[in-house]
Amino acid sequence: MKPTNTNDPEYFHKVVDCQYACPAHTPVPEYIRLIAQERYSDAYMINWESNVFPGVLGRTCDRPCEPACRRGRVEEEPVAICRLKRVAADFKDDVSNRMPKAGPKNGKKIALIGGGPASLTVARDLAPLGYEMHLFDAQVKGGGFMRSEIPSFRLPESVLDEEVGYVLDMGVHAQFDTYIDSLQSILDKEYDAVFVGCGAPRGRDLPKLPGRAEADANIHIGLDWLANVAFDHTQTIGKRVIVLGGGNTAMDCCRTSRRLGGEDVKVIVRSPFDSMKASPWEKEDAIHEGIPIIDNHVPKEFVLENGKLVGMTFEKVEAVFDKDGKRNLVPTGEEPAFYPCDDVLIAIGQENAFPWIEESTGVRFTSWGTPIINDDETFQSTRKEVFFGGDAAFGPSNIITAVAHGHKAAVSIDLYCQGKDLSVRPPPHVTLVSQKMGIHEWSYDSIPVDDKREAVPLVDLKAALKSRTLEVELGFDLDTAFVQAERCLNCDAQTVFTEANCIECDACTDICPTSCISFVENAPEAELRQSLLVPAETLDQDIYVSDTLETGRVLVKDEDVCLHCGLCAERCPTAAWDMQMFAYNLAKAAPILTEVT
Amino acid sequence: MSYIKPKFRHPNLPTNRLGYTVADYDGAVSTLCAGCGHDSISAAIRNACFASALEPHRIAKISGIGCSSKMPTYFLGKSHGFNSVHGRMPSVATGASLANRDLTYVGVSGDGDTASIGMGQFIHLIRRNLNMTYIVANNGCYGLTKGQDSATADLGSVSKAGDANPFDGIDLASLAILQGASFVGRSFSGDKTQLEPLIRAAMAHKGFAFIDVVSPCVTFNNHAGSTKSYSETRDHLDVMPLDFVPMREEIRTQYAEGTTQSVTLHDGSVIHLHKADTSYRSDDRKSAMHAVQTAEDEGRILTGLLYLDPDSQDLHQNIQLASRPLNELGKDELCPGSKVLNSINEGLR
Ligand SMILES: Cc1cc2nc3c(=O)[nH]c(=O)nc-3n(C[C@H](O)[C@H](O)[C@H](O)COP(=O)(O)OP(=O)(O)OC[C@H]3O[C@@H](n4cnc5c(N)ncnc54)[C@H](O)[C@@H]3O)c2cc1C
Ligand SMILES: Cc1ncc(C[n+]2csc(CCOP(=O)(O)OP(=O)(O)O)c2C)c(N)n1
Ligand code: SF4
Ligand code: SF4
Ligand code: SF4
Ligand SMILES: [Mg+2]
Repeated sequence: MKPTNTNDPEYFHKVVDCQYACPAHTPVPEYIRLIAQERYSDAYMINWESNVFPGVLGRTCDRPCEPACRRGRVEEEPVAICRLKRVAADFKDDVSNRMPKAGPKNGKKIALIGGGPASLTVARDLAPLGYEMHLFDAQVKGGGFMRSEIPSFRLPESVLDEEVGYVLDMGVHAQFDTYIDSLQSILDKEYDAVFVGCGAPRGRDLPKLPGRAEADANIHIGLDWLANVAFDHTQTIGKRVIVLGGGNTAMDCCRTSRRLGGEDVKVIVRSPFDSMKASPWEKEDAIHEGIPIIDNHVPKEFVLENGKLVGMTFEKVEAVFDKDGKRNLVPTGEEPAFYPCDDVLIAIGQENAFPWIEESTGVRFTSWGTPIINDDETFQSTRKEVFFGGDAAFGPSNIITAVAHGHKAAVSIDLYCQGKDLSVRPPPHVTLVSQKMGIHEWSYDSIPVDDKREAVPLVDLKAALKSRTLEVELGFDLDTAFVQAERCLNCDAQTVFTEANCIECDACTDICPTSCISFVENAPEAELRQSLLVPAETLDQDIYVSDTLETGRVLVKDEDVCLHCGLCAERCPTAAWDMQMFAYNLAKAAPILTEVT
Repeated sequence: MSYIKPKFRHPNLPTNRLGYTVADYDGAVSTLCAGCGHDSISAAIRNACFASALEPHRIAKISGIGCSSKMPTYFLGKSHGFNSVHGRMPSVATGASLANRDLTYVGVSGDGDTASIGMGQFIHLIRRNLNMTYIVANNGCYGLTKGQDSATADLGSVSKAGDANPFDGIDLASLAILQGASFVGRSFSGDKTQLEPLIRAAMAHKGFAFIDVVSPCVTFNNHAGSTKSYSETRDHLDVMPLDFVPMREEIRTQYAEGTTQSVTLHDGSVIHLHKADTSYRSDDRKSAMHAVQTAEDEGRILTGLLYLDPDSQDLHQNIQLASRPLNELGKDELCPGSKVLNSINEGLR
């Protein structure tokens, strides 16, 4: 293998598993260290810089970072990355004076359609540069689905108001209660660019299921129903509720039903429990609230008596996998199952819908109904001044993805408005600094603690079910937060190797607790991976290969389960190993907005 | 400096026949200087015990005084250990072995501990052929007392203070061959591919197994002018590779005709020696002496298994001691009573 090129920032970036997995590349270990140092405001600002909604995300993020966390590979459970983010938000001081302001006007005007996380991120990134931002949203307040769909018992309104406010306060001209029914009308106003962040607002229905039309009064589309609840148009539901679907929307529907008078609430889903779309923790939360999840049941019919919905029948199925591993839900042949109910909530999926975008605008769509976009870096549509992001770009996803899209689209819009080439993307901001403090001392807590992950405490169940707005999760207290923060392995403290210094004494190989380091004959990658002390079998984890050493061998470090404990560097007599802190900040339209020193 | 080694280990660490991973043979975190050759030897002993699937509680580590003699703390944390006085490890080992012949004894010493203050005991240990492995971590100096020349320092080797050594060094391996040791090897701390099988073979050998390991002192003897630095040692190594195949494993590797000698030990395990010069015979003391001497004359350090008598009689056999450890003998066996004493006395009349 060729020696690893550590000058390419993507190499070390990938070693920081959580940050790499985060769509917005939030510098996770950095903010976790700040929490351990009781610097909550700084931890918050580091987050805010990357993901704009730390308080919201610390409660609701889909957290792709956690399955990626290295701790999950050396111990059972990853670091509680998401809930530590909430700690930063909960315990910060007033940070309003640290927020950037709108920059001096640069004469350019941008329209934002929709006021969800994608649009707000574009506004946050462009307002400081002097762009005049005009935001339009059909709802009465900003936040998009974060406000209309995510229930308040998961995300208190005050948290959302605060973080949406930080963006709107940067001089954004917001027009709420304004549904845009024509893209052409916006284009006619000669904005320099238009960003479409209107989400994927249409909930799927079961129009052909027998009884659907007749029972309409008691059948609700989950998405619309949740929005009606959020804006207080709906305040009750029947005692017996069936929720159809197995995603996070279904989980929010059933838990909200429990709070609006539903006593016997069930989730009934086609697929097996384990392959449901909902996150494991969302399922746990629903079950904890006394909601059974009945799997392998396909809806067959809405049953009416005297013109009123009384229940539903389902066909029982089982998952059968064919030769290619494709799953088929095959009927078991049993009698259909009947479940009585007063109301049904349909939460079986969500789609894009752009009835307001005229064909004549030149914005074209794929056969799936999503806009044709240049690529997932530029987010430019087939009409060059129109950009898409968030759920509107590639279909339903999540908040952090919408934020990531927003950052990239903002870069594109900024380049576009300056007449520059959109494909030439600005490089990330990167630094790499030695952490050596003394002969054998590092500036970070290098030796990992043994403590296990702890769950966030919950409010009393009875009280929770009485209120739609009482937040269920209490968050970590500061003592727990400290221990949980210390579980982080500091994967951004990189092991950096300098061939010329190495005397091949083996000290690093001998000390490494997780057997990451080997001195071997060079070979092609597949062979090299097998020749290590413990074969490097996690193929998506890189191996770090040195140049040829004096004995003709190479040093190979398997990044997979490195604890970043620094023992290799401590035992190295010649400082051929050094622990260096790697900071990686995604390039955004605006330069780094908040300095944390 | 960290004195804690994190508890986490590689999730895919291989296990040996006993179900242990190599981590089960770890000791405390070393307090020796970073990069000290001795730490590599500790790791090689650990790896050897793991690979040979020795039970940690059936091993006893014994040492004298010196950085090298501190080593047993840093491997096999679950084994028995005795850190004795300077140069006196042989007598403690002898006593321990006489009391319990069934343990595997690993002695670790330094060139000072063995070739200076301990020379008298060392020679007699060889002569008695005690069943143990005796490893000298040879750095050509007294590391622990700040790097004074030791008795193995080569003639002309320059100390850190800048003085050339006016004396010829003692070659412990030649001495051991000459004195009749039944197993003599030499290796380099920086060559685990050779050192590990050599230690495994020594532990399987029944009798006194001596290994002289060049082990650079990074702090006091790793400068230009020293003949026992990492780079000088590497430049002059003449390596005879070897494989150790324990009794229970089948031999999988095919060796080219003429270049390999195989030696079977008393327990059925086999050592394969690879040497380009086929006239070399490891079972012939004269040939071994000659080869070591010739290499030295040519400025090379010959490493590998230098001499082996697989059929030697160890101390227990030689003086017909009890076949079981003392702690397994009952009161009546240990103290047979006046009747037996009387009959002995009768026999002497
Ligand atoms: C029930 C539910 C629960 C969810 N829970 C989570 C969660 O816990 N964590 C998570 O990360 N994600 C969650 N999501 C997904 C997340 O809410 C979305 O992925 C995210 O909000 C998408 O952001 P966006 O900016 O693309 O658009 P949205 O947030 O959807 O915002 C779009 C906005 O545009 C407005 N709009 C649309 N068309 C027009 C128009 N023509 N004119 C004017 N305004 C218009 C809409 O009213 C809306 O306010 C959930 C989704 C649902 C449905
Ligand atoms: C009886 C006695 N005399 C002298 C000493 C001082 N002393 C301690 S270690 C040592 C030399 C150790 O040299 P070596 O065995 O080569 O070990 P190294 O530290 O080089 O590994 C000496 C002379 C002592 N501890 N006890
Ligand atoms: S930091 Fe060094 S010693 Fe620690 S686990 Fe990683 S490679 Fe091993
Ligand atoms: S400890 Fe340092 S000098 Fe020794 S082998 Fe490792 S990197 Fe090389
Ligand atoms: S002084 Fe020399 S022998 Fe002693 S620990 Fe340090 S390097 Fe090793
Ligand atoms: Mg010494």
